[in-house]
Amino acid sequence: MAMLEIKDLEVHYGVIKAIKGISFEVNQGEVIALIGANGAGKTTILHTITGLISSSAGKITFEDNDITKLPGHKIVYLGMAHVPEGRRVFSQLTVLQNLKMGAYTRKDKQEIEDTLKMVYEKFPRLEERKNQTAGTLSGGEQQMLAMGRALMSHPKIILMDEPSMGLSPIFVEEIFNIIKEISASGTTVLLVEQNAKKALSIANRAYVLETGKIVLEGDAKELMNDESVKKAYLGE
Amino acid sequence: MSFISYLINGISLGSIYALIALGYTMVYGIAKMLNFAHGDIIMIGGFTLFVVMNTLGLPPLVAVLIAIAICTALGVIIEKVAYKPLRQASPLAVLITAIGVSYLLQNVALLIFGANTKLFTSVVTVPAISLAEGQINISGETTVTIIASIIIMIGLMLFIKKSKAGQAMLAVSEDKGAAELMGINVNATITLTFAIGSALAAIAGALLCSAYPTLTPYTGAMPGIKAFVAAVFGGIGSIPGAFIGGILLGIIENLSKAYISSQMADAIVFAVLIVVLLVKPTGILGKKINEKV
Repeated sequence: MAMLEIKDLEVHYGVIKAIKGISFEVNQGEVIALIGANGAGKTTILHTITGLISSSAGKITFEDNDITKLPGHKIVYLGMAHVPEGRRVFSQLTVLQNLKMGAYTRKDKQEIEDTLKMVYEKFPRLEERKNQTAGTLSGGEQQMLAMGRALMSHPKIILMDEPSMGLSPIFVEEIFNIIKEISASGTTVLLVEQNAKKALSIANRAYVLETGKIVLEGDAKELMNDESVKKAYLGE
Repeated sequence: MSFISYLINGISLGSIYALIALGYTMVYGIAKMLNFAHGDIIMIGGFTLFVVMNTLGLPPLVAVLIAIAICTALGVIIEKVAYKPLRQASPLAVLITAIGVSYLLQNVALLIFGANTKLFTSVVTVPAISLAEGQINISGETTVTIIASIIIMIGLMLFIKKSKAGQAMLAVSEDKGAAELMGINVNATITLTFAIGSALAAIAGALLCSAYPTLTPYTGAMPGIKAFVAAVFGGIGSIPGAFIGGILLGIIENLSKAYISSQMADAIVFAVLIVVLLVKPTGILGKKINEKV
């Protein structure tokens, strides 16, 4: 039984069908990559899973819970965190306030402190800047904050939307190393990326999306050597 | 000595504006909408007090509590029925709806209570204070109004800083979607904001009608507009801003009435707003929001 299972999902924006019946699954402990060009529907899928957008057909199951119609704020309590596209940190709040906001669903103060320590170990830069307002951070630091904030909820699965977007190569390297670490510590990862090469290099399996449909799926290493993928997404 | 009297009266009037402005600014800060019906909730609070005290003969404190309960419920119902369905609509549609709700409340009050001015019995039982050998008299209403508004503002700031619901409000005011992803119930947070704003309006209604003891269906309209001006003046979305804006507006209005012209007082108030906005478009304490793309 998969941890997260998406079955025949369809999403409409008005009359336009953005997601045309896709199915995929994420197993416990995996890193799954969803790759595809701009407008393929990657972000829409993540938003639908975490309840920000409602689906018009299909079913989403998370650990035996049908979450298809569940409001977003309730899904977080089940152990799912979402690092949204464009980071969306609370720019007027401090770094520490942002991280505390990530632990909104948790009650035990000691456990929250422990997680905060863990996040600071992963992102020492966030500790250095904990009293700074998030809006004053650089793009890469904001990405770290968005990831740290998601980790604060102590999720079983973490959905990441374009974590490398707009970042300098050094930051991209760092962010992907941290995703590997997060996965190694036992958290399942569903990663949406335009940087297909990077995404495939750390993923176990991947799905290739084209205009709302899955056109290819399989082992990440195999997809990396697939001629059509190479041509369309790896720029070779 | 008369200057000090005018000043104190101005602070008192300003405290009422501040209470109303706090409701305006909270709803704007969190739901990003201007609730033009806010002033009319004050009027409903006034009529509730009038009915409970004069018709049912209950003591003032009980009457105030009932008015708070009714206004809170009314605020929540208005939000659910009129504004919530428009959450994804354009801000203009919501604004027009708010104006519609304002007229609806005024006309319902007109239908029930008629257009005749009602004489309001003050809810304040605190005695007046006489200072400087009787040259300065501070009415009980003034004392209570000023103290109440200070306590409420500090209470609100602590609530937002310390409580979980307050933190949720901060998150929702910045980014509803991201707040939802934190596990915050955005709709419930907006409802709570309307409830708090309306409860403050009820208190403002009680104080306003006690200080200026006449009541008509239009009683809330002008103070509502002025409190909106106060909120913009102080920096809309900012709680201390609303407070400072309200107090300053009350002082400016009262001093203009005393020294320049009582007919011109309102015009002067709005002229000051225009000048402030020309010099500092975000208001006194308003923050400039840099949106990073």
